[in-house]
Amino acid sequence: MGLFDRLKNGLSHTRKKVSASFRSVLRIGKKIDQDTINRLEDAMLTADFGPATTQKLVDVVRSGWKKGEIVEEQEVTDYLVRHIVAMWPESDRRIHFAESGPTVILVSGINGSGKTTSVAKLGHYFTNQGKHVILGACDTFRAAAVEQLSIWSERIGVQIVKHDQGADPGAVAYDACEAATARKADVLLIDTAGRLHTQDHLMRELGKIQRVVEKKIPGAPHEVLLVLDATIGQNAVNQARQFSEHVSVTGIFLAKLDGSAKGGIVVGIRDQLNVPVKFVGLGETPDDVEPFDPGTFIKAMFAD
Amino acid sequence: MFDALSERLNSVFRGLRGRGKITEENVSEVMREIRTALLEADVNLEVARAFCDEVQQKAIGAEVIKTLRPADMMVKIVHDELVRLMGPVDPKIPFISPGPTILLMAGLQGSGKTTTCGKMAKLLLARAKRPLMVAADLKRPAAIDQLEVIGQQVGTPVYTERDQQNAVKVCRNGIAQARKTDRDVVILDTAGRLAVDEEMMDEVARIATTTNPQQIYLVLDAMTGQDAVNTARVFNQRLELDGIILTKFDSDTRGGAALSVKHVTGKPIKFVGIGEKMEAIEEFYPDRIAGRILGMGDILTLVEQAQRQYDQEEAAKLEAKMASGKFALDDFLVQLRKMRQMGSMKDLIKKIPGMGDMMGDMDLDEGEIVRMEAAIQSMTPKEKANPKIVDASRRRRIARGAGCDPSDVSQLVKQFEPMRNMMKAMSGQSLPQRLKMGMQFSKAMAGGGLPRLKGSSTASRRSLSKKDRRKRRKR
Repeated sequence: MGLFDRLKNGLSHTRKKVSASFRSVLRIGKKIDQDTINRLEDAMLTADFGPATTQKLVDVVRSGWKKGEIVEEQEVTDYLVRHIVAMWPESDRRIHFAESGPTVILVSGINGSGKTTSVAKLGHYFTNQGKHVILGACDTFRAAAVEQLSIWSERIGVQIVKHDQGADPGAVAYDACEAATARKADVLLIDTAGRLHTQDHLMRELGKIQRVVEKKIPGAPHEVLLVLDATIGQNAVNQARQFSEHVSVTGIFLAKLDGSAKGGIVVGIRDQLNVPVKFVGLGETPDDVEPFDPGTFIKAMFAD
Repeated sequence: MFDALSERLNSVFRGLRGRGKITEENVSEVMREIRTALLEADVNLEVARAFCDEVQQKAIGAEVIKTLRPADMMVKIVHDELVRLMGPVDPKIPFISPGPTILLMAGLQGSGKTTTCGKMAKLLLARAKRPLMVAADLKRPAAIDQLEVIGQQVGTPVYTERDQQNAVKVCRNGIAQARKTDRDVVILDTAGRLAVDEEMMDEVARIATTTNPQQIYLVLDAMTGQDAVNTARVFNQRLELDGIILTKFDSDTRGGAALSVKHVTGKPIKFVGIGEKMEAIEEFYPDRIAGRILGMGDILTLVEQAQRQYDQEEAAKLEAKMASGKFALDDFLVQLRKMRQMGSMKDLIKKIPGMGDMMGDMDLDEGEIVRMEAAIQSMTPKEKANPKIVDASRRRRIARGAGCDPSDVSQLVKQFEPMRNMMKAMSGQSLPQRLKMGMQFSKAMAGGGLPRLKGSSTASRRSLSKKDRRKRRKR
C-alpha cells in the first residue's frame, strides 16, 4: 500500500467527517456568496481548526472570492488545500540525526496522550530503517509504565534501559545515555512520565531530564517530541506552548489521529505555533506510524 | 480550568455595565461575543448555538425586570443557563442489596480509566464499602500490572486473569469472585477503545449486557475538543451511559467537554478527576461550576475540602490556640501542610467569592511555601514557640539549615507576629469571613511580605534537598 492510501485509510474517519461536512457546505454548481463563507466557518470550527485559524483561512477564501480567483463553491476545497499546504516549509519536518554517536529523542506529553505507544512505534520505525535502537524508560511514576514499555521492547525486539518504579527519571536518562554510547546505538528513545503542563514542578523535572541528556551526550537531545492526542481540542496549543517553555520542543507526534474526526487541529497547531508535526500515529500496532507529510495529509483529509 | 472562558465572559459583562437597559440590539451584540467565547473554549457548535439562542430569548424577555442592572441580569441569566446546560445531576451510586453493585468504566485510550478506577475504589472505601477491581483491559501492555499497583496503593483487591483473551469472561469471573469473597462493589476497568472501532465497541457492549452494571460511566478527558460530543454520543448509543466522569479537570482546559456533553447525550457529568493523587476525585455540581466560570467563587467546595482535612476535635484545639494567641510556628506548619493537601493555593483562592477576579495574573509561587517549611523545620522548639528570640546568630544557623538567605528567615519571623494577632482576631468568625480576612491580610503583606508572590532569590531555590524533591514528585 502506498503512503497516500495508508494515510487515507487511517484517516478514513476524519475524512468521512470532514469532507462530508465540507461537501455539504460546498455544493457543486453553486456560486460563492456570504452564506457560503458563514457555513464554511462553522464547518472549520467543528473540525477543530480553532477560532483564530478558522478566521484566518476564512479570510483567505473571502479575499480569493472577492478578487475573483474562485467563483464556484466546488473550487473552494482545492483553493484551501493549496493555501494550507503552503503553511509547511519543506525543511522543518526532517529528523535531526546526530553526526556521530547516538541520536537522542526525548518524548514528552501530558497523561494519556499516548507517549509510551508512540515510543514503541518510533522504535519499530527506526529499527525497520536498519538502525540500532535503545529505549530509556524514564516514566518511573505511573504504575506499571516501565512494564508497559518493557513489553513493547520485547515485541519490537529492541533493548531497554530501566530502573524500578519510583526511581529518579534523571538517573534513568543518565544510564540510558551511557548504555546508548557504550553499545553504539544509533537511536536512543527516551519515554517520560505524563505530566499536565499546568504542574510547574513536574515541568521542571522534565527540564532536568533534558539537562542530564545534554550533559551526557553533547548536542543531545537531537529531537524533543511532544506527543499530542489528536482528539484534544484547542488546549493542544497551550500544551505545546507550556512544554516549549521547559524543554526545547522540536516537533510534534500527533497520536490517535485515526480516532479523531477533527483533523483540523493539525492545521491549527501549525498556524498558532512554530512547531512542526513530524509524525502521526494512526492505529494500535507498531506499524501504525507515518512521517507527517502535509500535502498528502491535507489532500487525504479532503479526498472523496 | 475555565480561565480563558471565565475571562472572556467577564469582559463581555464588563462591557455591559454602564448601559441603561437591555435592548434587543445590545443583547445580540453580547451574544455574538459569548458565542465566540464558547467556541474558543471548545464548546460544541450546536451547543453554543442552542445556548446563545436560549440566553438571548430570556434576556429580551427579562427586560421588564427593572430592579436589576442589565449586566447583573445577564450574569444571572447566563449563570442559570449554564446550570441548566450541565444539570441536573445526581451523583449518588445506587447500591443494590444483595450486591455486588457493578460499576463499568469505559472510554477512549488515555482518558484515565485505570486511574479513575483506583480513585473510585478509594471513594467507596471512605463510604464503608468493600470494592473489588477487575482488570478487564487485556489489550494495553501492562494494564493489569498498573491496576494491581493501584489496588495496592488504595488497599483494594484486584481480580486478574493473566492468560485470558476474553474480557467478557474476566468480568463475569470477577463478579463471581466478588460474591465469593464478600465484596459489595465491583469496578470493571475496560480497555481503551476508539468510538469508531466496531469490534472493540462490540466487546464493551457485550460486557455491559453480560454483567448488567448498575452504573456505566464514560471516562472522558476534560481537554477533548469538538470530538468530545461525538465520542460521548457513540458510547451512549452503544452502552446506555448513566453518567460521565471527566478527568484531568485540574488542567487548564477551557471546559468545552464539560459544557457540551450533557446537552448532546442527555447524560450528566457525575464526577471529576482533579489530580494525580488517589483522593483527587469530586462529585460534580453544575451550580458550583457555573459560579466558578463566572468568577463567583465556589465556597461550598472549599468548605468541603477543608472539612475533609480537619476533624472536629483538632479544629477545636486549634481554635483555642488561636484565641489565646499561643499559636506557634509549628502549628502554622501543620496548617500549611493541610492547606497544601487541599490543592494548589491558586485553585483554593479562586474558589473564594470575589477573589477570582482579584487574582488576575498574580503568580503564587508554591515553592515559597516549601521554603517556609524548610525554615520552620530548621528551628529549635523554643524558637518555634517564640520566634521573637531569633537573633542574628540564630538566623544564620536556621538559614544554613534550610538552605535559604538569613533575610528570608527574618522575613518569616517578622511576619509571624501580625499573623498570630490576626488569628486571634479571627477566632469566632465564620469561615468565609475568615477567609476574606486572611486574604486581605496576605494582600497587605504581599507588599513587604512573607508569602512573597513572585520570584525568589536563586539562593533560596537551592533550598530543596534531593530527598525533598523526590518527595514532592511522589506527592
